[in-house]
Amino acid sequence: MMLKQGVQRTIAAGATQSTRSCVVDAHAQTSSRQVIAPFAPRTSGKAACQGSARSAASVSGGRARSLVVRAAASASPFPKRNARLVLEDGSVWHATAFGATGTQIGEVVFNTSLSGYQEIMTDPSYKGQFVAFTCPHIGNVGINPEDMESTQCHLGAIIVRDLSCVVSNYRSRMTLDEYCKKENVIGLANVDTRALTKVLRETGCLVGVVTTDASKTDAELVTMAKGWTIVGKDLLSVVSCTEPYEWGKGTSDEWEFNPRVKLSKQHGPFHVVAYDFGIKTNILRRLASFGCRITVVPATYPASEVLKMNPDGVFFSNGPGDPSAAPYAVDNAKAILGKKPVFGICMGHQVLGQAFGGKTFKLKFGHHGGNHPIRYMPTGRVEISAQNHNFAVDPSTLPPGVEVTHINLNDGTCAGMVFKEKKAMTIQYHPEASPGPHDADVCFEQFVDMMRAEKAAHASA
Amino acid sequence: MQSSLCAGSAGVGVGRAAAPTAQRSMLFKRPIFVGTAKELGLKPASAIARKSKQSRAQTIRVEASGSAAALPWQAAMSEIKKRRDINTIMIIGAGPIVIGQACEFDYSGTQACKSLKKEGYRVILLNSNPATIMTDPGMADRTYVGPMTPELAEQILAKERPDAILPTMGGQTGLNLAKTLAERGILAKYGIELIGAKLPSIDRAEDRELFKQSMTRIGLKCAKSATANTLEEALVIAQDIGKYPIIIRPAFTLGGTGGGIAYNIDELKEIVSGGLQASMTSQVLVEQSLLGWKEFELEVMRDLNDNVMIVCSIENVDPMGVHTGDSITVAPSQTLTDKELQRLRDASIAIIREMGVECGGSNVQMAVNPEDGEMVIIEMNPRVSRSSALASKATGFPIAKMAAKLAVGYTLDQIANDITQKTPASFEPSIDYVVTKVPRFAFEKFPGSKAELTTMMKSVGETMAMGRTWQESVQKALRGMETGLDGWGLPKGYKRLPKDQLMYKLRVPNPDRIFILYQAMEEGLTNEELFELTKIDPWWLAQLRELYDVSLWLKEHKLKDISAEDMTWVKQKGFSDSQIARYTGSDLMEVRAYRKSLGVEPSYKRVDTCAAEFDANTPYMYSTYDGNTEVASTKERKVLILGGGPNRIGQGIEFDYCCCHASFSLRKQGFETIMMNCNPETVSTDYDTSTRLYFEPITVEDVLNVIEAERPEGVIVQFGGQTPLKIAMDLDKALKANPIPAASGNGNVRIWGTSPDSIDIAEDRDRWMEVLTKLNIRQPAGGSARSEKEAFDKANALGYPVMIRPSYVLGGRAMEILYNNDDLKRYVTFAVEVDPERPVLVDKYLDRAVELDVDALCDVEGNVTIAGVMEHIEQAGIHSGDSACSLPTQSIKPEVLKTIREWTVAVAKELKVVGLINIQFAVQDDVPYIIEANPRASRTVPFVAKAVGHPIAKYASLLMSGKTLKEIGFTEEPIPPHVAVKEVVLPFNKFPGADTLLGPEMRSTGEVMGIDKDFAAAFAKAQIAAGQKLPKTGKVFVSMADKYKPDIIEIARNLGNLGFGLVATTGTALALRNAGVPCEQVFKIQEGRPNPADLMKNGEVTLMMMTSGGDEADLRDGKELRRLALQLSIPTVTTVAGARATTAALRAMRAGPLVQIPLQDFFPNYYDDSLELMLK
Repeated sequence: MMLKQGVQRTIAAGATQSTRSCVVDAHAQTSSRQVIAPFAPRTSGKAACQGSARSAASVSGGRARSLVVRAAASASPFPKRNARLVLEDGSVWHATAFGATGTQIGEVVFNTSLSGYQEIMTDPSYKGQFVAFTCPHIGNVGINPEDMESTQCHLGAIIVRDLSCVVSNYRSRMTLDEYCKKENVIGLANVDTRALTKVLRETGCLVGVVTTDASKTDAELVTMAKGWTIVGKDLLSVVSCTEPYEWGKGTSDEWEFNPRVKLSKQHGPFHVVAYDFGIKTNILRRLASFGCRITVVPATYPASEVLKMNPDGVFFSNGPGDPSAAPYAVDNAKAILGKKPVFGICMGHQVLGQAFGGKTFKLKFGHHGGNHPIRYMPTGRVEISAQNHNFAVDPSTLPPGVEVTHINLNDGTCAGMVFKEKKAMTIQYHPEASPGPHDADVCFEQFVDMMRAEKAAHASA
Repeated sequence: MQSSLCAGSAGVGVGRAAAPTAQRSMLFKRPIFVGTAKELGLKPASAIARKSKQSRAQTIRVEASGSAAALPWQAAMSEIKKRRDINTIMIIGAGPIVIGQACEFDYSGTQACKSLKKEGYRVILLNSNPATIMTDPGMADRTYVGPMTPELAEQILAKERPDAILPTMGGQTGLNLAKTLAERGILAKYGIELIGAKLPSIDRAEDRELFKQSMTRIGLKCAKSATANTLEEALVIAQDIGKYPIIIRPAFTLGGTGGGIAYNIDELKEIVSGGLQASMTSQVLVEQSLLGWKEFELEVMRDLNDNVMIVCSIENVDPMGVHTGDSITVAPSQTLTDKELQRLRDASIAIIREMGVECGGSNVQMAVNPEDGEMVIIEMNPRVSRSSALASKATGFPIAKMAAKLAVGYTLDQIANDITQKTPASFEPSIDYVVTKVPRFAFEKFPGSKAELTTMMKSVGETMAMGRTWQESVQKALRGMETGLDGWGLPKGYKRLPKDQLMYKLRVPNPDRIFILYQAMEEGLTNEELFELTKIDPWWLAQLRELYDVSLWLKEHKLKDISAEDMTWVKQKGFSDSQIARYTGSDLMEVRAYRKSLGVEPSYKRVDTCAAEFDANTPYMYSTYDGNTEVASTKERKVLILGGGPNRIGQGIEFDYCCCHASFSLRKQGFETIMMNCNPETVSTDYDTSTRLYFEPITVEDVLNVIEAERPEGVIVQFGGQTPLKIAMDLDKALKANPIPAASGNGNVRIWGTSPDSIDIAEDRDRWMEVLTKLNIRQPAGGSARSEKEAFDKANALGYPVMIRPSYVLGGRAMEILYNNDDLKRYVTFAVEVDPERPVLVDKYLDRAVELDVDALCDVEGNVTIAGVMEHIEQAGIHSGDSACSLPTQSIKPEVLKTIREWTVAVAKELKVVGLINIQFAVQDDVPYIIEANPRASRTVPFVAKAVGHPIAKYASLLMSGKTLKEIGFTEEPIPPHVAVKEVVLPFNKFPGADTLLGPEMRSTGEVMGIDKDFAAAFAKAQIAAGQKLPKTGKVFVSMADKYKPDIIEIARNLGNLGFGLVATTGTALALRNAGVPCEQVFKIQEGRPNPADLMKNGEVTLMMMTSGGDEADLRDGKELRRLALQLSIPTVTTVAGARATTAALRAMRAGPLVQIPLQDFFPNYYDDSLELMLK
């Protein structure tokens, strides 16, 4: 029973550091299911009242009412607002700190997903950003080793309305607070993230500074924020792997959701070289599930080397920031285009868009959520999609022959392209989901079909 | 096909009806009712010439509306394939309110009517429930308020020749009726298509075996189970499963009627027998128990282009084992990782496709094992449901409205998101708040039944609340319940449980479980222990623990010691001012004043379906204590309408009806209407109904907050039943103490209509007596007693029988007729405590009197117009809410009516009523007495409106806004040339063990109406609509208490003449024979065999007329027979007046066919301009 396995610890008000060591291997399959106590106390200031009151209650059993009262009365049950988020527009948002301490600067974006904070936090595309979650309760299900999208957190801070006072999930291995400390992510709780989202929606993405340092004045922080921008920053090479590596593990049987996966496994394997601009693990898993063996290469890996490997297809991954800041990626794409079937997701879509000859532009507040409707033009079907990008390809700048196959119905932006003669397909959003709906999983099949057709064409040629 | 066995039975699920035996249903196989309106001399239904079918799915091009540039999704829109081959669509409603099927189907049906009419279709509506908005003439082109049997439905089909039926809006009742019509080939005969859900998908979802096969096909798991058609089969299956507890679910019943959890073989036998009876197809599912697993629901929508989306995920706080309708539920789900949630999502999508629901909304329920995440599918409903109403209100996504549009060929991407208007409806709502639904129960009204929660739904209503956190929302939901809670904590007058009972009640789910947790925390139980006992997920327990800790902290503080910052925290955690007052030992208004002095005031956030991602102007708000408020308060003339809160017995859909009419009509008058309510099932909480909607509990604190935010000119308290009335005095006091200028500049905010003081006069026994004395109006002798001794003195002075009740109650709570001192002793000992604070009222009981209900309208100038006088069919002493009634009256002498009318006018004038007043009278031997007056809208308002063809709730709103009766043209009492009969439905089949005898305590959940040119036919229609299977042949069992024996002779003779055999026990048989009426004599149960129960089981007795002698023997035998009759669905009449009316109905049915006549034929000139506004 999960509760009995749980570790019962009591931490006095004000206790700060968790010493639990929990090695997280993002790609490890877990066999044993040890579970963190659902009642593992948090180490944030917010835990104060529970820490004392609950320990009194549990230690002395049923007859401890007066004791409980005294214990509760002695400590303030409410957290302090001991951290700040300062935006470049000058607004100051007071918050309760959790996770790491310090000062961070970044672009503030919101995310409207109702689930999957762990996947979002470990998505390298959020490099250089702070994510404000509109979903009010964050941390409910803790952190587990299976749902990592990369080996670390790349974002600088997370901003939440309510940090869960407890973790309840059979897979959880640590609390969100513990994880933030481990990953050096500053957490801000008790922020009206709806109000913040409305600001971001109206003024566009803003640069912000988060700090737990009380010595810095608001004005200093505003100045800091004003002096920073994400535009033009090459973040791809920062989050990319440094050495090529092989990947062959698909989605585990427990979590496989596509009944057609088994069929395609019989056909492969296809060899895919994947450019890592900050690739999400689930992209690798999905490609592998559809019968691909993947060689992941760094963002700056020369196209000539890729072509030497003679893969069946080349994949351009998602990644953070501005595509225009990574001209080498576009050059590599240009060199590969037409020679091999290519597939790009998110940043990969933008890189390929530029490689086609098109231009990208920055959206006012980007797309960050798990509920955007996308029309797949050839069938007219609508997919609900997971989104996370700030830049988009301008379809009017695309050369003839490029077909816009996917359209975001919310704002009409280009969400996917096919360039038939160059054997290229791109998707602006996240068909690998994680978090988000699986509606667009078919994209991976389409890529595999493209590679298969190419293979067949060569065989017959 | 299993179900064809019972195809003869009505698909109407109503309180009194359980499954019929095959034998009885044979009677109904023949279409016994045929005929036309013309034959009755009424204006015939205008049959529309039927156009020959054109090619299906004729495509049309959309034109971008107006000159505005097309929005992104419109530019990329696919071709609209709106059905042009369909002209007329019939919508089937859900019939009367029963447990498991409440006003959510009025909400969905009304939305469907509105959107189909807007699309230009001719809409035919069938719904027996007159209290609904959807049955207002004007909502549909032809409105049939009458029985929903297949035979009578066929009559409508033959007459109106609809092209299609939309069966998914009327709950299980609508679906069952459509299914029967399809199976009998009636739809094929008239070339009618089912849209929204086709027969095969209905079958697949309803038949447990087919459902399991479908799930297996798509690789999903169901609980280990098998279906049984007999008890023996069930036992074999149970052995196969091998482990108790075992769940029993009957096929084709509402809210799991007849189901349950068996912990041993005896219980298994008992529940299976009941379940087989209750099932339309005599089929039960015997199933492995998933007790303790987590339960989730997903609302899915699909369109004809196979686009599928999830509207909402809902998590139950209660673990598996409690019906989802009885569970505290939360949206969105809180304890799932994305992987787990997507697994549920994938499964729901696969299911809606596999089941073949080609378009519309469905609801999928699943269980998740908290220990390893294993998922098991429980069931799916291929229609809109209570959960979809909840999901619509929780997210702002109008599922029913969309479903109606999808059914006529639109796809999700062709419809604008109602809320943003800038994005399409093909998206999944993202919400940035937490929604909690809490069910409300009525076990106290059914002594004898166990107050425990199982897989059979028992709740009668629910509240929903929104907060930025779950703590805030659950506290708001609980204080909206009106069960004495002002948040999470112990209710007023809570009797602490001894430890052993506490542990039992934690282990066995029951209505009080949520606040029993509070006592458990006080007793020092840890969350680990609570989890072991309750299996409530640790996440919820931890949240409650935080609240508990805050309450302890509050108890240690004086109000003035709380800082502004701490006060904000407390309010953010959802604590009400009243809770703070209780814990800090101060007073609600003091807390309010202090809190405001600290600057801690609520902010209002918008429900926008997109978590603030897009700009939205939705007029749909909820309060919270996050700083930034989103109310854009206007300076228009505004009026605030307070709704009725959760449905309960005695207060339900009728008040929703009144509130909606107030809103419609005042909007039409140019006011901005602001609705405030917390019941997610209602039309009033549709954000379309009013200019703005505040989804908030109806308490003094919350109402004052909204008043301060909006500053309306008027506040309407008289349309929401007892809920707003209870707080009217406090509101009035607060508004007078601190006047708030109206935003329009037109004076101060004030309560409109009858003054709260007048309402108090009517409620306060002593002040009321004064008025009656002054007006010289007769009332039954009596008075209030403030001690037990006083009660005995009063009772003996008056002479038994007496009627006794606590003062200030609604729905006859704890009202009883007492026949002697022993009864009184029992009453004051066990039922109600009597003390100076809580006096009881002791009145002379008017034996064998007839009761009358009068609804009247009054204007500011003191003019009074009576809207309707209703005669009750059951005698005085049966609660008016449980009594059938007739408008106009049938047996009251003109001079008595004259007196009653005069008294009505006098009382209304004296109380200075503005708006509606309802007065109840009793007539004993042609002498009228006044019983009580309610200077507010009563539950009879919608019935009267439909009986006389005047929108009286609308009139009342206009009167309150200052118009006179003359101005609205309603100066004369309308006396209809036809007769409308209201009959009630009772939920006894949900409460095993409770007696079915009617009494002074109201227990009905809903009502139906029959309307026809004479009483007998109208009564017959009402009876059939209420689910009574009135027999054409067979034997009538008659058993009358001595005092009624003279009355029964004539009735029995008439029954004999109609060809019915009579059966009676000794006493009654003797009386009948002495009067020359032949009858068969049987033994009483304790005397020997054969007894009446034998004849009933053999199917010989087809009707039972039985009054209670009120003695021991009756309590034993009588109750047993009445429960048996309920089980066998043998109609039972428990009063003489009811027996008389039933006999008349039987004669009417014998004399000629019943004819369904639409309301529009009765009221060809009915026109409601404010409804017109809503349909635009």
